[in-house]
Amino acid sequence: MKPIIQIENLHAGIDGVEILRGIDLTVMPGEVHAIMGPNGSGKSTLAQVLAGREDYEVSAGSVTYQGIDLLELSPEDRAREGVFLAFQYPVEIPGVSNTYFLRAALNAIRKHRGEPELGTVDFINLIKRKIQLMQMDESLVKRALNEGFSGGEKKRNEIFHMAVLEPTLAILDETDSGLDIDALRTVAEGVNRLRAESRGFLVITHYQRLLNYIVPDIVHVMVGGRIVRSGGKELALELEERGYADFETELAAAAAPAG
Amino acid sequence: MDSTILPTAERAAPAMAHTEPFLAAWQSLESRLNGAQPRPLKALRQAAVDRFAANGFPTPRLEDWRSTDVEAIYETRFAYRNAPGTVTEAELAPFRYAGCAQLVFVDGHYVPALSRLTELPAGIQAGSLAEALAAAPERVGGQLATLARMETPAQAFVALNTAFIRDGLYVAADRGAVAETPIQALFVSTGDDDGVCFPRNLVVADEASQLTVIETYATLGRGRHFTCGVTEALVGPGAVVDHYKVQKEQRSAFHVAALYVHQDRASTFDSHSVQHGGALVRNDWVAVLAGEGVSCTLNGLYVMAGEQHVDNHMLVEHVAPNCYSFELYKGILEEASSSVFNGRIFVHKGAQKTDAVQSNKNLLLSRQALAQSNPQLEIFADDVRCTHGSTVGQLDEEAVFYLRSRGIGDEAAKSILTYAFAADIVERIKPAPVREDLEAFLFQRLPDGDIVRMAAL
Ligand SMILES: Nc1ncnc2c1ncn2[C@@H]1O[C@H](COP(=O)(O)OP(=O)(O)O)[C@@H](O)[C@H]1O
Ligand SMILES: [Mg+2]
Repeated sequence: MKPIIQIENLHAGIDGVEILRGIDLTVMPGEVHAIMGPNGSGKSTLAQVLAGREDYEVSAGSVTYQGIDLLELSPEDRAREGVFLAFQYPVEIPGVSNTYFLRAALNAIRKHRGEPELGTVDFINLIKRKIQLMQMDESLVKRALNEGFSGGEKKRNEIFHMAVLEPTLAILDETDSGLDIDALRTVAEGVNRLRAESRGFLVITHYQRLLNYIVPDIVHVMVGGRIVRSGGKELALELEERGYADFETELAAAAAPAG
Repeated sequence: MDSTILPTAERAAPAMAHTEPFLAAWQSLESRLNGAQPRPLKALRQAAVDRFAANGFPTPRLEDWRSTDVEAIYETRFAYRNAPGTVTEAELAPFRYAGCAQLVFVDGHYVPALSRLTELPAGIQAGSLAEALAAAPERVGGQLATLARMETPAQAFVALNTAFIRDGLYVAADRGAVAETPIQALFVSTGDDDGVCFPRNLVVADEASQLTVIETYATLGRGRHFTCGVTEALVGPGAVVDHYKVQKEQRSAFHVAALYVHQDRASTFDSHSVQHGGALVRNDWVAVLAGEGVSCTLNGLYVMAGEQHVDNHMLVEHVAPNCYSFELYKGILEEASSSVFNGRIFVHKGAQKTDAVQSNKNLLLSRQALAQSNPQLEIFADDVRCTHGSTVGQLDEEAVFYLRSRGIGDEAAKSILTYAFAADIVERIKPAPVREDLEAFLFQRLPDGDIVRMAAL
């Protein structure tokens, strides 16, 4: 079976400062990987590099997505090929309809795949199904894209976008942060409903809490731009108890010149 | 075409010499009118032409004209049209707003055959200023030129317009009269040579009346037409006037205009200005909030490209206490276009509890584009709330990336965000045909506009 994504020795940074310092990670179809780590460890940077943010410079390594070189593609082509990033901070866009925007996005993706544009009726039916699936508040669907949405509403809306666009690889960047328990459950259920044999997930989170609802196949611990440990779902619990301090000390020790 | 070609100027005294062609045209018009005008108007026009002759055209040495050079105007020899040019319905159709009473002015002259004056209720009069003056010289003459100011060199174009007063829009709403149908005055300039016209508009809204006036400016033909206009609006107690100005002339046109508004107590004046035509565009707007409890909104959107230049000089005078003024001007500047926003708020000594908000935001879409923004607050009352802000910026890269990460192309993402920038101005435009016209313009103008149209609210 071909991996959905295979990241090898990925180094990336900004303005000459290295943030990702050799990431190796492979997601197989059907798998959910969690990436945990302290603030500033490079989780969002990894997510943004995978989605194609041009501010970051990749200095070494490779990313192979379904057999193709992902780093060669523009952000929109990555999306059209099935990569989706749920933003940690979704952007507010007045005057642009949440729903109609999604229709434009979906049609751009379909066009790329050589599929016909979705007509109004089909699109509305699709939206209705997804609203139900995601337990979205209908009013959000009618409003301007993220404009005046609360933090929780923005995160739910990201999951709604994901549900409509049906990506092959979904990267969730702290979609759980700032959510109350009800919102967290909705988001998690949304993700769980989309779990499929053909799909992979990279769930970035700061807290173990989310992983009670989205049970990962593999948990990675990221510290200082490296994955310092990978394991099963029990690793998340261990982290919850011990915190990241041990890993940071280990890392410091490893980085110290050999005596 | 019946035109008078203005003679080339003698270049002896620079600033003054440029006025010569206009003065000659004025003389020629004067002798042609020869007594066929009410006496007060004749005196007014004479005073105006004397002012204009004395002051000449404004130069960048004047503070108010520092950033807008009108040399291109006074270096052009314009033809003054003695009669309207020929316009076909097909040429006019794109500028007509459906569902509105439409008064059509061609080259400054009212053309009844092209106008559609249906559906106006009793108490609302809308038509040609020339006709209104002829019918009621005392009343209409007494309302005219009560607000416009033409004394100083900076006001030279108001003097020029006043010198050439002949026709324009006249709207009068009697006490309590309510016009639900918007009144559109459509000004078109025609011809393949460079034409000039001087529309003079007068809106008189008596106590508790309500009306909507739309001024649309367009040019046809290959000429570099010059429109030099003045609009005066007298807004009576409790009256509600919605005013729209849509300036969509060709990229070769010159447009210099002034709007003077005088508001009595508890009146509301809401204005929205859409500007995307012209080579050189200047608007001087003066709102005097003279009675208590007035609300005055002056919004605008300018979308410029090529080497277009637009200058909006705004003055809001809070004379009476407890008034509210709100100004939001937004600009989208592409290529080597440039803009000036000068927003002056003057709060008089007695104008306590003034609430004045002013904001000018500019989006630069190219490195060569230039936006200047100068807020000026002069406050002589102590219990007021005045806020102002101006921004000049580019598209937010993070937002562009957000849209691209959903599969939207780079160009389309930028266009969507440009549209989003303009959206709050678009949304505030109440008459559907005006709003939809602006939307259609933006969809057509922005790259990948069909995608923007698909995504727009
Ligand atoms: N655009 C940027 N410019 C400068 N520094 C950045 C930028 N993005 C991230 N960094 C730095 O890289 C490090 C990792 O950040 P980030 O990827 O956001 O971490 P995390 O998501 O794990 O909290 C931090 O030290 C942060 O300051
Ligand atoms: Mg982060």
